[in-house]
Amino acid sequence: MIELTRRATFSSSHFYWNESWSAEKNEQVFGKCANRNGHGHNYTLEVTVAGEPDPVTGFVVDLKWLKDVMEREVLAAFDHRHLNLEVPEFAKAIPTTENIAIATWTRLEPAVTAARGARLSRVRVYETPEIFAEYRGEA
Amino acid sequence: MRAYFGRRYKLSASHRLHAEALSVEENQAAYGKCNNPHGHGHNYVLEVLTGGPVDEATGMVINLTALDEVMRTKVMERFDHANLNLDPLFVNRVPTTENLCRAVFGLLKDELPAGELEWVRVEETENNFFQCNSAE
Repeated sequence: MIELTRRATFSSSHFYWNESWSAEKNEQVFGKCANRNGHGHNYTLEVTVAGEPDPVTGFVVDLKWLKDVMEREVLAAFDHRHLNLEVPEFAKAIPTTENIAIATWTRLEPAVTAARGARLSRVRVYETPEIFAEYRGEA
Repeated sequence: MRAYFGRRYKLSASHRLHAEALSVEENQAAYGKCNNPHGHGHNYVLEVLTGGPVDEATGMVINLTALDEVMRTKVMERFDHANLNLDPLFVNRVPTTENLCRAVFGLLKDELPAGELEWVRVEETENNFFQCNSAE
């Protein structure tokens, strides 16, 4: 079994806010991330798929195909967008790095499973070079 | 819904790799320039991965400010700008990066306010790193 990872970047704005909490509690828990005017990051996305190399092509998946899936399913929705205001998953869920990883997995998994022999293994999202979250699906 | 949250920290420390059980020649053979008597230093990068359910109220596995505080009090204040050989954890244990990795894991594993410690990775230089998922 081989794991293959493709990286992509997107730039988005967001803020952290729980509507069921007071302003004070939001500021206490989320700090400067609770600023309702939002702020932004250059995110790096790493998508890992796992499978056996095709005996003819030697590919686990065609990287161009994976790039197109990532662009169509994820980057088109997230890149240069305000995650809270423009991405449906984050109308309720707070767009933390954890939840972005889960949303990315949910967007990619059907396409990866349907089209090729490989399976989605891991999604990792870097908010900054020092902060990342990862989702590996339901165990 | 289990997810993982990771964070990277920079730590500068000195060490000397020298095993008391080995002769001078054996130490030099095993550790090379890392055995030079006065030690040397590295800018280490510590990568900490936590895992756990995503809290529905916060959307987080662990609040990074809480993780930062544990790292600061348990690891950074202890090791940053210190000589690792002088730390009690390394009195009878050579402060290789493998052993530093296990020491950091042991210092953190019971201290997290949320989630569990999945692994600790220590990058000694840009070209070598060590990773462990237990303190043993």
